[in-house]
Amino acid sequence: MTNKTKQTQTSASKFSLHLLYFASLADTLGRPSETLTPNKNITSVAELRQYLQQHDSRWASAAQGATILCAVNQTVARDDTPLRNGDEVAFFPPVTGG
Amino acid sequence: MIRIQQEDFDTGAEYNALRSANTSASAGAIVLFTGLVREFIATTNTAEGNPTANTFSLQHYPGMTETVLAELEVAARSRYKLQQVTIIHRVGSLQLGDQIVLVAVSAAHRAAAFDGAMYIMDILKTQAPFWKKEGDNWVDAKESDEQAASRWTTESE
Repeated sequence: MTNKTKQTQTSASKFSLHLLYFASLADTLGRPSETLTPNKNITSVAELRQYLQQHDSRWASAAQGATILCAVNQTVARDDTPLRNGDEVAFFPPVTGG
Repeated sequence: MIRIQQEDFDTGAEYNALRSANTSASAGAIVLFTGLVREFIATTNTAEGNPTANTFSLQHYPGMTETVLAELEVAARSRYKLQQVTIIHRVGSLQLGDQIVLVAVSAAHRAAAFDGAMYIMDILKTQAPFWKKEGDNWVDAKESDEQAASRWTTESE
């Protein structure tokens, strides 16, 4: 293990988002959360939705004909809600509590 | 007061807590609502080989749930001049007939207490991030719940 060209695993300045999925969406995607480190900054919820659907076929099929709501940093978000490095972004189907 | 918990709750204790908080006797009405796990038809394989066919569970989004309910409590207090508000919602695995949710409010008069409790439940059902799972199926949101919630925002405000 003399790998002198080893790269730093995470750079503090690299753009990343912490994604959370709930209920049927987590089942469809096969994971409850992930850290997304896209090769470019993503500036809005709409842009993030587009990115995810383009890069993940399960995301594309999950989004087809289904309502998927979004919250940014635990507050309900709209498509034009801006995103910043390190944000917690949750996607989920319409709620059914009570 | 907001609580999210796995364990059951005691409606008598919650009622008494609201009543004993009414030290100045300014409240003339308490409305207490509980929601229960209703029977459902498992649409998946109910053979003995499927142990999850008859289970019921509730997932939520920790953190956001508390925030949404706290804001809802503030809104309901202001809107209906409620004096005490208790909202308890269970999460995790439940059985048929189990208690899921409790909303209890006190107010000077019954109309405000009934309306306040109804308002909290209608908004909770459409905005608080909880999801029910019946057997292997996540429950779909109901249009009737959206309509019930929308009447509070379409009325004169």
